[in-house]
Amino acid sequence: MNTTIMLFLVQDGITNGAIYALLGLALVLVFAVTRVILIPQGEFVTYGALTYASLAAGQMPGTAKLALALGIGACAFDLFVARKALHGRLILRSVLTNIVLPSIVLALTIYFAAQKPPVAICIALSLVIVAMIGLYLYRIAFQPLAHTSVLVLLIASVGVHLALQGLGLLFFGAEGQRGPAVLSGAFTAGALRFTGQSITVYAITIAFIVGLWLFFGLTLYGKALRATAVNRLGARLAGIRTTLSGQIAFLLASVIGALSGIMIVPITTLYYDSGFLIGLKGFVAAIIGGLVSYPLTAVAALVVGIVEAFSSFYASNYKEVIVFMLLIPVLLLRSLAAPAVEEEKD
Amino acid sequence: MQSRLPILIFAAVMAAIPFVPGMPPFWIVLLDNIGLTALVAMGLVLLTGVGGLTSFGQAAFVGFGAYTTAVLTTTYGLSPWLTLPLSLVVSGLLAVLLGLVTVRLSGHYLPLGTLAWGLGLFYLFSKLEFLGRNDGISAIPPLSIGTYKMLSPGSIYYAIWVAVIVSALLTMNLLDSRTGRAIRALRRGHVAAEAFGVHTPRAKLLVFIHAAVLAGLSGWLYAHLQRAVNPTPFGAQAGIEYLFIAVVGGAGYVWGGVLGAAIVVVLKEVLQSYLPLILPGSGQVETIVFGIMLVALLQLAPGGLWPWLMSFLPERSSGKKPDASLKLEQRTRTPIQSGVLLQVEKARKQFGGVIAVNNVSFDVQAREIVALIGPNGAGKSTTFNLITGVLSATSGSISVLGKKVDRAPPQEIVKLGISRTFQHVKLVPDMTVLENVAIGAHLRGHSGPLSSMLRLDRADEAKLLAEAARQIERVGLADQMHQLAGSLSLGQQRIVEIARALCVDPMLLLLDEPAAGLRHMEKQRLATLLRELRDGGMSVLLVEHDMGFVMNLADRIVVLDFGTKIAEGTPSTIKTNPEVIKAYLGVAA
Repeated sequence: MNTTIMLFLVQDGITNGAIYALLGLALVLVFAVTRVILIPQGEFVTYGALTYASLAAGQMPGTAKLALALGIGACAFDLFVARKALHGRLILRSVLTNIVLPSIVLALTIYFAAQKPPVAICIALSLVIVAMIGLYLYRIAFQPLAHTSVLVLLIASVGVHLALQGLGLLFFGAEGQRGPAVLSGAFTAGALRFTGQSITVYAITIAFIVGLWLFFGLTLYGKALRATAVNRLGARLAGIRTTLSGQIAFLLASVIGALSGIMIVPITTLYYDSGFLIGLKGFVAAIIGGLVSYPLTAVAALVVGIVEAFSSFYASNYKEVIVFMLLIPVLLLRSLAAPAVEEEKD
Repeated sequence: MQSRLPILIFAAVMAAIPFVPGMPPFWIVLLDNIGLTALVAMGLVLLTGVGGLTSFGQAAFVGFGAYTTAVLTTTYGLSPWLTLPLSLVVSGLLAVLLGLVTVRLSGHYLPLGTLAWGLGLFYLFSKLEFLGRNDGISAIPPLSIGTYKMLSPGSIYYAIWVAVIVSALLTMNLLDSRTGRAIRALRRGHVAAEAFGVHTPRAKLLVFIHAAVLAGLSGWLYAHLQRAVNPTPFGAQAGIEYLFIAVVGGAGYVWGGVLGAAIVVVLKEVLQSYLPLILPGSGQVETIVFGIMLVALLQLAPGGLWPWLMSFLPERSSGKKPDASLKLEQRTRTPIQSGVLLQVEKARKQFGGVIAVNNVSFDVQAREIVALIGPNGAGKSTTFNLITGVLSATSGSISVLGKKVDRAPPQEIVKLGISRTFQHVKLVPDMTVLENVAIGAHLRGHSGPLSSMLRLDRADEAKLLAEAARQIERVGLADQMHQLAGSLSLGQQRIVEIARALCVDPMLLLLDEPAAGLRHMEKQRLATLLRELRDGGMSVLLVEHDMGFVMNLADRIVVLDFGTKIAEGTPSTIKTNPEVIKAYLGVAA
């Protein structure tokens, strides 16, 4: 084995692993707070990436219109639920967040798309668009089902995934796209070459993990989210609006997804349906982390990335088999180590 | 007991459909697909809806069935009828392997675990040389009887629907049996089922295998319908699709699987053929609409469509009274007239730094009612869990009739004739009182899953139900026998738990707060019942907060406070014990 190749594979693995770590964190977060296993996480990735790439190429991404359409739907849900006790402030707030905001973003997108905007604006617009989609999706698809079982939520999540993937094809076409590097340039250290892009990936991943840690440890909203995760009813009794917790979780997850997409689309070509597999590898990391532990998920994601890099070098045909089968021994260990605990399900 | 008439009618209708004049051949193709999908969904109903084990990996088992027959009939030239059992065996065996790894996982690990190996196996199918890689295997021979070859969709139609209806019957038979009750109890957690001798990992593995074999059957039929296989229909997407078919139809109901399959297959077909007419041009519009409809359907009927439809039918009075003349043989044991039944010696249980039970010693004699009392958090329920094997003691020993049982699992404890009730009622709310109580007699029946499916268990089953009915009458709930346990008041549910515990034919009954939630008269009747049981030779150990109830009933009282025994004696000495008064009322009193 050549040391250079090994170092190169490890580097490649860490870059991918960092992305999986972010996705894994988002999945853990959403599951803990809302009990939704977020299969559409992969679509957040592709939407973020392809919106960014389209904008950078001077094309108008369809996602901005989707955000507005979903916003109108979310507003309709809000007003319908509150139809017996409508008052001005509620209507105003719902219209502002669900209709006015996406309208402004849509106008900005149309304006900028025509003139090949700088990278920073592309990133900002993509993030905002996908964040709104995540937020409204929760309102429309999941909030009405919040009381049902994990299984029903999971199936709803599959439905959302299918719809979003179909829409992805509609918006971005079947061809893959690549985006411009977030940070260009590169430097070499010994045999390894560090591109500005990979440095960005590391920096943002670390920033996000630290950021989430601070958010959950120090802020009131973070603590409210944790409380919701531990005990929904208890959290409600303590005055925490659990729907708000769900909205924050989805908002964070969609931002994380979009950001991951924006970070990888300069490195690999993404297609409208690439998100599913990327999201699933985040899942693998999340499961190894036990769906509860953030640091463990991050470490597991790095392992997944490195295993993937090595197996794509040595047995590229079996790359996916190896990554997904990686779970089996982990699950085996978990089931031996921790005897199943009693759980009351509805 | 379900009436067979609707199923007969359904079978007759299905048999007649191909003879309807002018029936478009394409509809038969759709029905074939519905049947194939329904088989897999039915397995998932048992696995997920009834057993509570969510699996995304069923498509892989369809693949095992299909590839087994594809390889054996093309490469080795075996007859398709010979590969049928082989396909089922391969699916079943691989289910054992994968099941041993995954079914022990609880909660969300399981669905994600199945998703992982479902994906892994899909990639394996598409990479292995002898499975034809991505191209798969073609030129699979058709099914044939004599010289009649089932080449057209119309001719294999009968093979598919016979398989569906027979599988549905076998599955329903299985659910309505001793093994079935154990399976139906799985979803509510394992502690209660294990307390009555159910080996829950084994029951989980059983449903896992059952679902896999049904999927393998579907795969075998699929291979001979298409006469070619490739990896695409066995991927993760398909696995997810099977699951939502079961959920949309109604995951708890065998026919919900069939209904779900019909809805989803027809819906997809309609969307695929008509949507492009409405919205011409771009590709996957049907996927978008399909996804949206799925979410909408769940928001309208989160329990699935089958129960929603059934709620429009008039309620049928279900269940006839079990034949009371049937007797279940008693457990073999040496009758004990006197002496120590249960000996707890210096039992200690620590949870981290908390000492829940601190070196507690006491015993229960034959024909004696002992009460364990103490303020909240005194360690009473933990002591119960130590005795029944739910928890194992940190130190100390527990023996039954002189035999140490410290490390024995709950299934072994109940075999010794110790049965219990729970402080937080653990019944299966969507099973009838009779079925719930019959779980208590689990160890006194012998029929296994195969004989249950084939209805060879009826004699055994009738005895179990008769015993359950007898115990229900004994506790005075005969009128509620056929109601769902979840519809009873909490007090009545506690009484149902006592009937279930009595079904074990125990020598020692452990009751955790049996009188909570009972009215005055009900408490008196309970006390009378417990005295009768004692006089009949049974011992009772009970935890209770109602002092009036305890003082009038117990022969002896053990008082715990903060995990430590502070007093023991007859009711009259306990009443005046200063330590006890201090524990309950504080020093100043």
